[in-house]
Amino acid sequence: MFVLVVGAGRVGSSVATSALRAGHTVSVLDEDPLSHERLDVELGKSWEEAGGRFTIGTALELDALIESGIEDADVFIASTNGDNTNLVVTQLAQRRFEVPKVIARVLDPRRAAWYAEQGVHTICPTQIAIDQLEQAALETA
Amino acid sequence: MAGLYVIIAGAGKVGWNLARELLERGDEVTVIEQDRRRYLTVEQELEHAVQYGDATELWVLERAGIQRADLVVAVTGDDEDNLLICQVAKEKYLCERIIARCNNPRNLTHFKLLGIQPAVSATDLILRLIEHEVPSYGLVHLLDLPEERLEIIELVVGDGCAAAGKRVADLALPDGALVISVLRDGSGFVPKSDSVVEAGDEVLVVLDPGLEEDITNLFVANGASG
Repeated sequence: MFVLVVGAGRVGSSVATSALRAGHTVSVLDEDPLSHERLDVELGKSWEEAGGRFTIGTALELDALIESGIEDADVFIASTNGDNTNLVVTQLAQRRFEVPKVIARVLDPRRAAWYAEQGVHTICPTQIAIDQLEQAALETA
Repeated sequence: MAGLYVIIAGAGKVGWNLARELLERGDEVTVIEQDRRRYLTVEQELEHAVQYGDATELWVLERAGIQRADLVVAVTGDDEDNLLICQVAKEKYLCERIIARCNNPRNLTHFKLLGIQPAVSATDLILRLIEHEVPSYGLVHLLDLPEERLEIIELVVGDGCAAAGKRVADLALPDGALVISVLRDGSGFVPKSDSVVEAGDEVLVVLDPGLEEDITNLFVANGASG
């Protein structure tokens, strides 16, 4: 599969490196060239040497998305540090580029839930933390 | 006509002035501003008509009473925020009228794709004004250019530059560049082909990206350095 990850912070870079290790084609788009180093460190060698692609650019720029290969992507993951960016770019991937599988990381639980109802696949780390905390607290109580 | 209830996201220059005008007209207004310092400044004038918060969060919109809003106007400096505020207003809260500000004209296509209309871009508005005011300028050609391939720049006409003292028609502007406004002694006008550009004028030029250097050579550099 061709996996495109937009936003290579802690989450994005981990997903990107494990997808690469699992044998997928992986392309990463991030506006900060330094995020490339995080990928290198996680792999223990250069990201490109390991077969990865990296594009510097902003998520909303169509040129950057196209350069990073969105037209051929099977899976699109929006994991920048901005909920709003993730929600917009995910909808672009879905509606404009018709990527078959599109996932957005959204920290705000209420919007993650509402957008999920609208057909956007959202993952909400905050909600996961809330659920786990509640579960852990109740178990020990 | 009974007053409207208008929610304005963003208390920048646009949002603040818009709120003032609407309040003067007798409309009810709530402005939402997420920068604490800006909020405190604006609050001194608008008082209870401004609320502190991030307008992309649902509870902030609900606190502002989005359920009864006749109109939501998103004019923050961030196009993603404006897009999502309007999307949520329209699709979740079924607000019938929305207006979004598009800061970067390249993002207009995203607003269209997500059905956020009207999206107002200052660049676009100025282009429409040109069409209205100066149709003799080969304007059709300009408007044929895709929006995202245009830039508007402002510059001060330098002493002794090639343009100073010339009529607009004689400027030998490169293709894809157009003088759309001249500011002189505090007042502005849309130049005709026989208007003379003088040193010290502030001019607005609309142009294709890549022509900046030609324009600078014409308007700023004097003969010696150019």
